[in-house]
Amino acid sequence: MSNVFIAFQKNEETRSIIEAILADNPNATVDDQPGMVRIDAPNTMTIKRETVEEVMGRRFNLQELHINLITLTGHIDETDDEFTLSWKH
Amino acid sequence: MDMKVAKKLGLKERYNLMTRDLDWEPSYQAKEAIYPFLEYEGIKIHDWSKFEDPFRLTMDAYWKYQAEKERKLYAILDAFNQSNGHLGVTDARYINNLKLFLTGVTPLEYMAHRGFAHVGRQLAGAGPRVACLMQSLDEIRHAQTQIHSMSNYNKYYNGFQNWRHQHDRVWYLSVPKSFFDDAVTSGPFEFMVAIGFAFEYVLTNLLFVPFISGAAYNGDMGAMAFGFSAQSDESRHMTLGLEMIKFLLEQDPANVPIVQRWLDKWFWRGYRVLTLVAMMQDYMLPKRVMSWKEAWEIYAEQNGGALFADLARYGIKPPAGWVQACKDKDHLSHQAWAVFYNYGAAAPFHTWTPSAEEMDWLSSKYPDTFDKYYRPRYEHWAEQAKEGNRFYNGTLPMLCTTCQIPMFFTEPDDPTKICYRESDYKGDKYHFCSDGCKDIFDHEPEKYIQSWLPVHQIYQGNCFGPDADPTSPDFNPLMEVLKWYKLEFGQDNLDYEGSPDKKNFEAWRAQATKN
Ligand SMILES: [Fe+2]
Ligand SMILES: [Fe+2]
Repeated sequence: MSNVFIAFQKNEETRSIIEAILADNPNATVDDQPGMVRIDAPNTMTIKRETVEEVMGRRFNLQELHINLITLTGHIDETDDEFTLSWKH
Repeated sequence: MDMKVAKKLGLKERYNLMTRDLDWEPSYQAKEAIYPFLEYEGIKIHDWSKFEDPFRLTMDAYWKYQAEKERKLYAILDAFNQSNGHLGVTDARYINNLKLFLTGVTPLEYMAHRGFAHVGRQLAGAGPRVACLMQSLDEIRHAQTQIHSMSNYNKYYNGFQNWRHQHDRVWYLSVPKSFFDDAVTSGPFEFMVAIGFAFEYVLTNLLFVPFISGAAYNGDMGAMAFGFSAQSDESRHMTLGLEMIKFLLEQDPANVPIVQRWLDKWFWRGYRVLTLVAMMQDYMLPKRVMSWKEAWEIYAEQNGGALFADLARYGIKPPAGWVQACKDKDHLSHQAWAVFYNYGAAAPFHTWTPSAEEMDWLSSKYPDTFDKYYRPRYEHWAEQAKEGNRFYNGTLPMLCTTCQIPMFFTEPDDPTKICYRESDYKGDKYHFCSDGCKDIFDHEPEKYIQSWLPVHQIYQGNCFGPDADPTSPDFNPLMEVLKWYKLEFGQDNLDYEGSPDKKNFEAWRAQATKN
């Protein structure tokens, strides 16, 4: 089993996104680096719009992820409600 | 009464309507006439509709988010420049990273723009065409934002002023230049595998993530801002590359060996270009985030490993040069910086020997190799410099015909022996730095015998200005070449110690911190 990861610029918006990822993906781990934050998880990781909205306190469109994304790995599946990275087929 | 409530369309439906649905079947032109480059590479595509962009980004959403990125970026750049942010970097040695970046990488962004515009026009599926159009626009944005943000440094520091002129002429800049020229002169599918996949997916993290993180760590908010802004497009580029590879492999089993050969070639081409990044990371950043070796382990061995484990189901193997590249991680940066130190008179940026403290850091990061093979060399040079004999190599190195890097790499299993490979072709001998570069040449010799090799060109007399007179008794070939490079001797080149950059930075910083 391989890890998937995603990295964001470190700022106010991504603070909420990261908090939401950690809440929804108990196996995820955080690596804090200069200017950026990287999150790894075994095999799969899901970002849920609802959780991000709850933490942020506002409406959130998952495509807003593009603004602060740095890099990621794995196959992507995106809908209006969930953004998933995985090595599954 | 029936009430029809218009339901908001989901992401998948919107994507379908705004990409594939806008495509049409040609009625009065043959498809082969519209897309003339699709067959000669041997790739077989049966159903273009099988390609899908998993981000499902439509053009309207693209403009919206890109505009937001630009607003953020320029606000940061303005603030950084307004407050003389350049004086907050660790020390002015750092700025040499930007010179290398602007002369070596920024012109490639522009070439990537052209490459994706061309390929986007040539692919017969609406999905990849739209994704290539977006990437083409991203790449010109990267070129522009890099030029804008580094223009501020050009107001204060030397070596930036002739970046575009130098990209087409200076010896080591032919390494990144020829890499991209090689890619844009191949067919559309090879370009997608070369740049979209091998470079963007497998190697780009090694270029951008440590470089930008390094900029942040060294107090350069300007480079951090353009770097992260560019990188925010990168996830999309990586995804396009990965989807394209999967698409090619799934369309026809006959595509597998063709793709494998391209992977072998372009992994090695890209890896060789990254030599410049390796030395940037270990030697040129005054504060270092992680060593080249650590970055290689995370971004190549772990992530690349996961990727190739995944592609194994198609019969794809890790690239041919993979094992050697993993062995080289202990040597690459040390050998590269030593060469630039040697040729410190012939490059428009400054070089130096690492401080005692920096050498200790290198020992701790490279316990098996630094003290044994490289420390003695750097200590010797530092000693010589202290006695007033700073070493500058006045002869020209032999170049590898494929990657165009001076032949300084060592044998994979013997770091004390330079690696030489050669091939004969039509009565001439060609030289290579490695098995990887030799294999690439042997497969396409007609392409690589046309290489514009800077050292050959100098010896052939093609790198002097029109007023140079090689017959005059005081003709100095090196000085004439530097003039042709538009390199200001004693200002843009030589050691960091004693450079105007160092003097100015220290004086300005003193003004900024005292009355
Ligand atoms: Fe780019
Ligand atoms: Fe080579």
